[in-house]
Amino acid sequence: MLPLFVILPLFSAFIISIFGRVNKYFGDIFANFTNILLVFISFLTLYLLNINDLSAITYNVGGWRLPIGITLVVDYYSALMLIIINLVSFFVSVYSISYMEKYTDKTKYYVLFMLMLSGMNGVVISGDLFNIFVFLEVASISSYSLVAFGVESEELEAAFKYLVLGTIASSLILLSIAIIYSYASSLNLAHIALIINRLPVEKVLLTKFVIILLIVGFCIKSAVVPFHSWLPDAHPSAPAPISAMLSGILIKTLGIYTMTRIIFNVFFVGEDIFKLVYWLGIVSMLAGVIIALYQLDYKRLLAYSSISHVGYILLGIGLGTPLGILGGIFHLLNHSVIKSLLFLTSGSLEYSLGTRDLLKISQTNQRLPITKFAMLIGSLSISGVPPFNGFWSKLIIIIACVQSKKLFAGFVAILVSVLTLSVFIKVLKYGFYKKSLIEGQEQKSIEVKDVPFWMKFSMLGLALLCVFMGILIFPNIRDVLLVPASDILARGYEYSKIVFMNK
Amino acid sequence: MKQKTNKEGMTLIVKTITRLTVLLIVLYAIYITLHGHLTPGGGFAGGVILALSFVHVVIAFGKDFVMKKFSKEILPILESFGGLLFLIIAVLGFIGGSFFKNVFGVGKSYNLFSAGQIMPSNIAIMLKVGFGMFSAFLCLILFVHKDEDK
Repeated sequence: MLPLFVILPLFSAFIISIFGRVNKYFGDIFANFTNILLVFISFLTLYLLNINDLSAITYNVGGWRLPIGITLVVDYYSALMLIIINLVSFFVSVYSISYMEKYTDKTKYYVLFMLMLSGMNGVVISGDLFNIFVFLEVASISSYSLVAFGVESEELEAAFKYLVLGTIASSLILLSIAIIYSYASSLNLAHIALIINRLPVEKVLLTKFVIILLIVGFCIKSAVVPFHSWLPDAHPSAPAPISAMLSGILIKTLGIYTMTRIIFNVFFVGEDIFKLVYWLGIVSMLAGVIIALYQLDYKRLLAYSSISHVGYILLGIGLGTPLGILGGIFHLLNHSVIKSLLFLTSGSLEYSLGTRDLLKISQTNQRLPITKFAMLIGSLSISGVPPFNGFWSKLIIIIACVQSKKLFAGFVAILVSVLTLSVFIKVLKYGFYKKSLIEGQEQKSIEVKDVPFWMKFSMLGLALLCVFMGILIFPNIRDVLLVPASDILARGYEYSKIVFMNK
Repeated sequence: MKQKTNKEGMTLIVKTITRLTVLLIVLYAIYITLHGHLTPGGGFAGGVILALSFVHVVIAFGKDFVMKKFSKEILPILESFGGLLFLIIAVLGFIGGSFFKNVFGVGKSYNLFSAGQIMPSNIAIMLKVGFGMFSAFLCLILFVHKDEDK
């Protein structure tokens, strides 16, 4: 069943490419139908893991046994990632039905979208270093073209920048894969883990070199601060649904998922690598939110806020304690939903008002009740206001910081949370309450068309998820979903035993 | 410099040579693809040679001559068909119990029709790579064309 995660979107991409011109609605219907199926299958995978009491499901491609063939592995961490990827992409593709009308070639959009989705699903399910690289390239190359989808000069420039930096990242990852293969003679993650465990001490330096290469590569993909310069250009330039995909799930799947999988389950890195990840997290948290403070372009502001929240996830993971990892994973899931929702609202504002400049938005006397509601929920959620999901994950990360005696990190986490609140208060001020707060501005009463039904539907769906994902932290649900997911990372070397046991 | 009168393409010598060689190049591409499991080469190399033969025609005869005889709408369809074919061959493995399982007969070693699914996969890759590369080339020359019009 696991190959279906790659087969279905690829099949849908090629079919849409061939038959897309027959009927105008073919792409819409086929892509959304595939997405519904994928959401169903991803929940089914989690159910199967749970009902059979397994730690992981493995699948041997071509019937070849484990160290030789390609093995697909899904454990609780991957299963949660699959659910979040397919759920967000379902809402985004529903949103694109109406939003992408203004672009000329919707068929090509769906083809690239489906290719990107298959790449992301492939990264998550493959238990093989080279397949991770191949699917990572599939997802990246489709995202380069999707960023340039508007073919204006600004978009092409952003896409070119993204292309160059993304290719550098891919080359670093490929180089490190070559080095790993040269001394482990295997590409399977579990098998590499077994071999590295028996490695003599004098080769540890080489391991560290490889890990640094991999961390730099994946940090470029996930836009952690020293390597973030492509993201604030690329994410605002893309069409809004694609920004939601990129910022919501692409940077997490290609960057953070792969990085955590490799540093926890394959190489048993020491304290210093965790310290590196931890400091990268702190730096990008602070830098992202401080730059976001003075942005007036709504999408650019959201892009910088993404950098800051990737920092939160890295901080949680870099603590290295089970609670920290749990907080990191939980924040990853939450932030995917919240940031997709916020980017979709930015798309709605652009659709109705034709601008994404916050000052210009505040000058129009617009009434967009659903969009505003979604904006409110998303802003409160991302800045960590209690009943929403963003609060719980930030709380866990802060508790984990305090538990592991890293009070400075806890302080920074609280500070960044407060700064995020102030960033989004600015957004809400320009978006909503301009009449009383901004003086001396003529309010233009322009006729705006409200957003179509499908856009409202996906915004409301993601907003509901924002409200209710907090229940994942209740003890009974946490023990079933989040604890096994963080457990598989915290147990490190056990991963290879689990995979080999399942073959 | 007589070719200035005929703006399409290159000189008569080049055109004649192209007429003679282009079919040989296509044939060579097919040979490389079909013998992918026996000799060096395979789908990717064959696809590149196929694309180069088309590029050869475009350069020798000029793009307008080619675009008249050839609808560029067909290129993405053929390319996607290559991808779809590869996927279908992989999915056929489910008959044998697993994704990508070699369900065709393996045959005798070093025969042309041996190694099961490798030859059909090579053909699929040739379609994908050849037409993909050629459409990338066409996109580049058409873009230049629009730029000159301004």
